[in-house]
Amino acid sequence: MSATRASDRVRAPRQGGGRIPAALLVPSLLTALLALSPIGYLLVRAGEGGLGTAVRVLSRPRTLELAARSVGLAAVVTVLCVAIGVSLAWLVVRTDLPGRRAFGVLAALPLAVPSYVAAYTWVAAVPDISGFTGSVLVLTLCSYPYVYLPVAAALSRMDPAMEEVALSLGRRRFAVVLRQLRPSAAAGGLLVAMYVLAEFGAVSIMRLDVFTTQIYTSYRASFDRTPAAVLGLLLVLITLLVVVAEARTRGRAAYAMRGSPPRGRSVIRLRAKGLALAWSGGLAALAVGFPLVSIGYWLAGGSSTGLDPGELGAAVVATLGVSAAGALLTTALAVPMGIIAARHRGRTAAFLEQSSYAGHSLPGIVIALSFVFFAVRYAEPLYQRSPLLVLAYAVLFLPAAVGAVRASVLQSPPVLEEVARSLGRRPLQTVREVTLPLAFPGVLAGAALVFLTAMKELPATLLLRPTGMETLATQLWTETGSGAYGAAAPYAALLMLLAAIPGFVLGRRSVKEMTAP
Amino acid sequence: MRLTVTEVAKSFGGVPVLQGCSLVVEEGELAAVLGPSGCGKTTLLRIVTGFEQADAGSVRIGDREVTGLPPEKRGVGIVPQEAALFPHLTVARNVGFGLPRGSRDRVAECLELVGLAGFGERMPHELSGGQQQRVALARALAPRPGVVLLDEPFNALDRSLRVTVRDDVRAALKRAGATAVLVTHDQEEALSMADTVAVMREGRIVQEGMPASVYATPHDLGVATFIGEAVVLEAYSTDGVASCTLGDLPHRANGATGPGHVALRPEQFELSEVSGLSGPSEPDAGVHGEVERVEFFGHDAAITVRLDSGNTIRARTRGDVPYRPGHRIGVTVRGPVLFYPE
Repeated sequence: MSATRASDRVRAPRQGGGRIPAALLVPSLLTALLALSPIGYLLVRAGEGGLGTAVRVLSRPRTLELAARSVGLAAVVTVLCVAIGVSLAWLVVRTDLPGRRAFGVLAALPLAVPSYVAAYTWVAAVPDISGFTGSVLVLTLCSYPYVYLPVAAALSRMDPAMEEVALSLGRRRFAVVLRQLRPSAAAGGLLVAMYVLAEFGAVSIMRLDVFTTQIYTSYRASFDRTPAAVLGLLLVLITLLVVVAEARTRGRAAYAMRGSPPRGRSVIRLRAKGLALAWSGGLAALAVGFPLVSIGYWLAGGSSTGLDPGELGAAVVATLGVSAAGALLTTALAVPMGIIAARHRGRTAAFLEQSSYAGHSLPGIVIALSFVFFAVRYAEPLYQRSPLLVLAYAVLFLPAAVGAVRASVLQSPPVLEEVARSLGRRPLQTVREVTLPLAFPGVLAGAALVFLTAMKELPATLLLRPTGMETLATQLWTETGSGAYGAAAPYAALLMLLAAIPGFVLGRRSVKEMTAP
Repeated sequence: MRLTVTEVAKSFGGVPVLQGCSLVVEEGELAAVLGPSGCGKTTLLRIVTGFEQADAGSVRIGDREVTGLPPEKRGVGIVPQEAALFPHLTVARNVGFGLPRGSRDRVAECLELVGLAGFGERMPHELSGGQQQRVALARALAPRPGVVLLDEPFNALDRSLRVTVRDDVRAALKRAGATAVLVTHDQEEALSMADTVAVMREGRIVQEGMPASVYATPHDLGVATFIGEAVVLEAYSTDGVASCTLGDLPHRANGATGPGHVALRPEQFELSEVSGLSGPSEPDAGVHGEVERVEFFGHDAAITVRLDSGNTIRARTRGDVPYRPGHRIGVTVRGPVLFYPE
């Protein structure tokens, strides 16, 4: 009888019992306002200096140079990531590469290395590497999993029949496969480009001047913050172009990945096994092995050079405190939005869901900057106080939290809520007694993810932290900046440990799915 | 309480799903709404529960107009397709969900009603599918709703289990004295369980009545073929007699004359052996044909006969028939047939 239900549903889009209850709608609208406020405030602030200032800032040769460097860096890293991601995915999913399961896990692991930690490990070992080359190296090694993961997923769900047909028609296998991988590779590549444009920590450790670092410098250097705002807006604009492009390819990529292959794939026998092993092994060594060894070296050899245990302890406590507060606030704000996104259709619901993604597409430094502007102007008591930092975390990590709530609400069927309504519960009581208790494990996992991510956050923390407060990330950044590599090592080690938890879980799960015969 | 649905209309995106749909279920009655996939029965049910708003028409429960009320103010119990017990609550708390706190006696009473006394402390996943469905019924009945709606409640169950759960549910509903509407596409379920059957097609209730009378006098050819099996043949009617390939048959549609169709129930056919010698002119054997297929079900059998005229009929007989494919037999018709003019 699923046929009736399905056809009824097509004709009768579920309204989730009608209107969105005010108790969900009002907090969601406020959250949307909060999430969108950075863009709004940046516009206001940049406009205040008058069009003249904006034009002056934009037409400076320096601005053009920065734009060219940021875009160039993004382009080079993206191309390299696509090359590495596609080749590794192919080797792991389709060939008889020895130890391909292990390589599958290793290939996803760089996600667990915060880019500024990786930058620290390279600069600490090879000080000459800084600049453009060093930035490319570090960002490529940290970002290629964004291409590798979707491409490997697409490869493992590709219908082998299509390939066989093409082969029988005299086409080369690789050409056919490449064509089918284009959507997922493009989606992953654009994601890489987005992250590189927003990147702050690694490039600033590599002493490369790009948009984000220049925004930071110009914010630090002068009382006139209009130039920083204009630069921020320009960066947002460039990023938005990439976001739009990414959203477009994502739809098609998801389509290509839907469903599972009807039967097993043939394993392709590698001719140059040694070369393939060297390639996969070398990448794993550089992306995962090198940071670990480097941190280990400094921990063992250099911890005596000026590590203050009291400082480390204070940083741990501060990090835990602001991150926990951030996770709590973000999750609290995400619950009404996630429920609306899961259970309601219509323009309001769509607007609310999309507004929550602002944090995903805005560089952290830009969000932080707009919060600084706002506080200095309208909420002086909040300036350089932890509540403001916690609010910025909420904007930054709202997308992840809303996604987690939405997914966990979707896991229980709406009919349970309808039964509760029929038994006399009002919409909000239904949320409290049925929807939330059932979604609780997923919501909790989302909160944990936000907690772990907030502990690694650098640019917003750097700008908004209370005076005198250092987190693990800011302390690592400061020590590295002054060349105290030994003192930085414990911070780097702790950050790696924190970051490894979700990365490891993610990597293991996807590898299990993809390398299954 | 009595449920009255009057002239309800609903369309989704310009596509009408319900048009002038009316239904009355008397107090304490179990009514089945029976219709094929996509006929609008689920939408009708969602309008009665308040999960959809009708574009036009009204819904009354007892003397109360509930058309504009939200679901929680209607007093309509629902038993969904897959039981949909709250997985995080015990059986007792599921049943007590619609009751004020501390209504332990009523919870025990309702569990007793569905034959699950003593199951209160189990969790839903510890129950079988049939037990879950009975808990869902107890949960719906506990607050003494004006009407209970059952949405294809036996679909998810094994065939073997379905009949017993069906009996249990009917018994519990009757003991509770509940007014109930069963939505289903399974005509056997509707005919065997319900006090009245409402046949739904393309967003309308086309016929309402007792199961036996709907079966005996279907409103039109569509209902005749949807409710039970029927053999449909072209015919021409004069003076209450329909002439068709099976001969001149008396029919019930008295006034109707002219071309049309007759519908015959499989149990109306009587088969008889024809001796090889006798020709088609043999008086009492009716029309002749050849046995094409014999389906044996134990207590009865279905025999497909290809008539000499070229038509094929499927007849129901006792199980102990001696016919085999290839046998020549005669076919006669017992009782009046159904005639529907063009």
